Amino acid sequence: MAAVMDAADNELVGKLGNQFPGTTFIEQQTFDNISTLWVPRDKLLSVLGYLKRDCAFEMLFDLCGVDERTRVHTENLPESDFSVVYHLVSFSQYRDIRIKVALKEADCKLPTAIPVWPNANWYEREAWDMFGIVFTGHPNLSRILLPPTWEGHPLRKDHPARATELEPFRMTKERQDEEQEAMRFVPEEWGMARKNDHTEFMFLNLGPNHPSVHGAFRIVLQLDGEVIVDAVPEIGFHHRGAEKMAERQTWHSYIPYTDRIDYLGGVMNNLPYVMTVEQMAGIQVPDRAKVIRIMLAEMFRIISHLVFYGTFVQDVGQMSPVFFTFSDREKLFRIIEAITGGRMHPAWFRIGGVAHDLPEGWEKMVQDFVDFMPKRLDHYDKMCMQNSIVKNRCVDIGIFTKEEAFDWGVTGPGLRATGVDFDWRKNRPYGGYDQFDFEVPVFHKGDIYDRAQVRIEEMRQSVRIIKQCLDNMPAGPYKSDHPTTTPPVKDKTTHDIETLIHHFTNVSWGPVIPPGEGSVTIEATKGNNMYYLTSDGGSMSYRTRIRVPSFPHLQQIPLISRGLLIADLIAILAGVDFVMADVDR
Amino acid sequence: MSDEVFIYVIVFGTLLGTLSLAAVLIWFERRLIGLWQDRLGPNRVGPFGIGLALADILKMFAKEDWIPPFADKFVFIFAPTVVLISMFMGFAVIPWAPGVQIVDLNIGLLFFLGMTSLAVYSVLLGGLSSHNKYSLLGGLRAASQMVSYEVFMGLSLMGVVMLTGSFSLVAIVNAQQNLWFVVSQPLGFFVFLIAGIAESHRLPFDLPEAEHELVAGFHTEYSGMKFGMFMVGEYLGVILISSIVATIFFGGWLGPDFLPPFFWLAIKIFTLICFFVLLRAAIPRPRFDQLMSLGWKIMLPLTLANLLVTGGIVLWTGYQP
Repeated sequence: MAAVMDAADNELVGKLGNQFPGTTFIEQQTFDNISTLWVPRDKLLSVLGYLKRDCAFEMLFDLCGVDERTRVHTENLPESDFSVVYHLVSFSQYRDIRIKVALKEADCKLPTAIPVWPNANWYEREAWDMFGIVFTGHPNLSRILLPPTWEGHPLRKDHPARATELEPFRMTKERQDEEQEAMRFVPEEWGMARKNDHTEFMFLNLGPNHPSVHGAFRIVLQLDGEVIVDAVPEIGFHHRGAEKMAERQTWHSYIPYTDRIDYLGGVMNNLPYVMTVEQMAGIQVPDRAKVIRIMLAEMFRIISHLVFYGTFVQDVGQMSPVFFTFSDREKLFRIIEAITGGRMHPAWFRIGGVAHDLPEGWEKMVQDFVDFMPKRLDHYDKMCMQNSIVKNRCVDIGIFTKEEAFDWGVTGPGLRATGVDFDWRKNRPYGGYDQFDFEVPVFHKGDIYDRAQVRIEEMRQSVRIIKQCLDNMPAGPYKSDHPTTTPPVKDKTTHDIETLIHHFTNVSWGPVIPPGEGSVTIEATKGNNMYYLTSDGGSMSYRTRIRVPSFPHLQQIPLISRGLLIADLIAILAGVDFVMADVDR
Repeated sequence: MSDEVFIYVIVFGTLLGTLSLAAVLIWFERRLIGLWQDRLGPNRVGPFGIGLALADILKMFAKEDWIPPFADKFVFIFAPTVVLISMFMGFAVIPWAPGVQIVDLNIGLLFFLGMTSLAVYSVLLGGLSSHNKYSLLGGLRAASQMVSYEVFMGLSLMGVVMLTGSFSLVAIVNAQQNLWFVVSQPLGFFVFLIAGIAESHRLPFDLPEAEHELVAGFHTEYSGMKFGMFMVGEYLGVILISSIVATIFFGGWLGPDFLPPFFWLAIKIFTLICFFVLLRAAIPRPRFDQLMSLGWKIMLPLTLANLLVTGGIVLWTGYQP
């Protein structure tokens, strides 16, 4: 494998060796150059604690399980049936580390990481739900994405992936009653008392259908009058097994599924996926394709933030702005439609480039938009953000600090509203962002109002980036000429058997990506989105892990809403800017 | 026409007139808000979509009128009638034109205040009888909102009463021959207008309903015509508050001679209704406790100051209405 670790990573591995003498750390080479260490189970917690405390890895960025049982290419890797991957990120040193633990099927247990990072809670529940990996010491190891009545652990390789592999599904009366009963809310099971010495609490089931939860999301509130004593979010209503599907789709045909992860982000979702595959296959993307990708991704950032802006203000009771922002969004969709043919989910990026070249006359459309948008944003600023009622509803509400943000895995605008000057595009540029001139808006209070401000300023910066794309669009091909992923020129297939064979295998089976692991993180619309792909040398991925921003953001909601009113919770939910498809995958 | 027939004409005219105006408002409000929000609004049924008013009423009648099994049935049915009755009663004292009025009570203003206060029972009972937590919260909010805003709603009008020397609405209109009370009582007007919006639970004072927080608040469990009665009640409230504001602060039917008196009043009412609709389109919703502190900490002191100053001036100058 091509990866070469840099000096800092070598130093880190040396430091770990000194700190934990007698412990064997097995280093794994990966395509993404992130130092990946296999750690013995009994040393896991002390290693994680050490990395957080002394090596400035502030955030547990992702935690996921992998079923290693059917993996073929395990050269130089420890023997294991399952593994758990801890992806840590240092926002001060701009680097990552991946810690892995090997587990045997008979003894599929490891200690919980909640004492080190509180946000491990949901991730560990997910790993248990999907793989049956037990985290000892976890306070509430129960299903999180799947219903409590589900049998089996779906991301295990022996769990069927398609309905046709199962008996026909029948919903009988008994089954229905059973499912309904499983949904019944019993406060004790959620760790809530029914009353204290002074008062009897009211429990309010906000969702899964409620005007302000932005999708199918349930949050159970323990109320004293209208004051929130405790809140417990429940997710999983929108789960559709996106990670499992990836194991049954070719590298190309999975692209449309990524569009629907954060369904407001459109091609922004394609970007980390195709970039990871390109990283693994060693594909260089031509400049024109890079700039086209950035332009469209930034358009979708504006599209997503406009939805946020409108619905956010609507949730605090102002009914008009949402219509204005949606009609602006429509202007962008016209451009997207002219370029890609699609609107919300164009699935338009390809491994090695994009699907088509830009159409004739795109410059005029984009120019019109770039001229139009900043004025609109000024107008909205007067209408919404300067409105004293909006300010009263949002300023000093739902505050969290920088440290809390790191502990709970908050990324993106939420993190930048706490004063952390970190934007993946700026500080760890990917896909050509280093060539662009833009600023990273940072606010310091960490309340709802600041989170909104960050997004609004980001829209202005996105317009600036789009303008630079427009003025400096490079000439050249829009996709790379790489035999693995790009079908050869069709005309040649009738003359040349080699081309014909390549064309045939590429289209019928899809490309084969070399075995190994890769990942790319991007600054997506709602926070950091990462695709962590494992190839076992096949035409489909062995494991696809999608790290989504909204998942940890929802987990953090109880922390910032205790002691506030229901109306504040609504404003907090609006300020988080989440999409349930993104949370549940 | 004998007096007896004439009074029947006025009674039925008021009933039918306000009720059809409320129905048309359903369409008018949506159309007007649509205009302000860069869209068309309902424009399919009839010319300019005005048939929507009729279609909406038909739909409301045809919908299943469901009473939840867990609700307190009698109160649940009774609640929406309260708002309609009290709002209609409120119209009894409005002088539409000189001599055209259902009844000229010498306590007309108090009667109006009493009737609008009764309307809160509708929201309260509806919220409590539904046995739904959202409705309950809506009902609670309504109760405390009404109690707070009721206080200075009445007080804000006392300046006008001092300057007129009467509670009769006809006397109040006649007292504005030279100067509308909106000029001499700007503070009273301002406070009354805000209290009036709160009274008809329109944005930004729609906290008992607050669809983003409480789904539909006090009427979450209501459907069919019972919901329709709440809705019509709300629109009647808008018309009533607009009528009373026009009467008390904008000289009622008074206006230059080229138009008949009733038209002047109608124009004023219409302008105020448009203002109400604009408010709904423009203003966000404050939080519950912020609304309360606005009421008790700002509105009440303002009203008392207004009362004090007006009373002082009346005494100082020996002003005789």
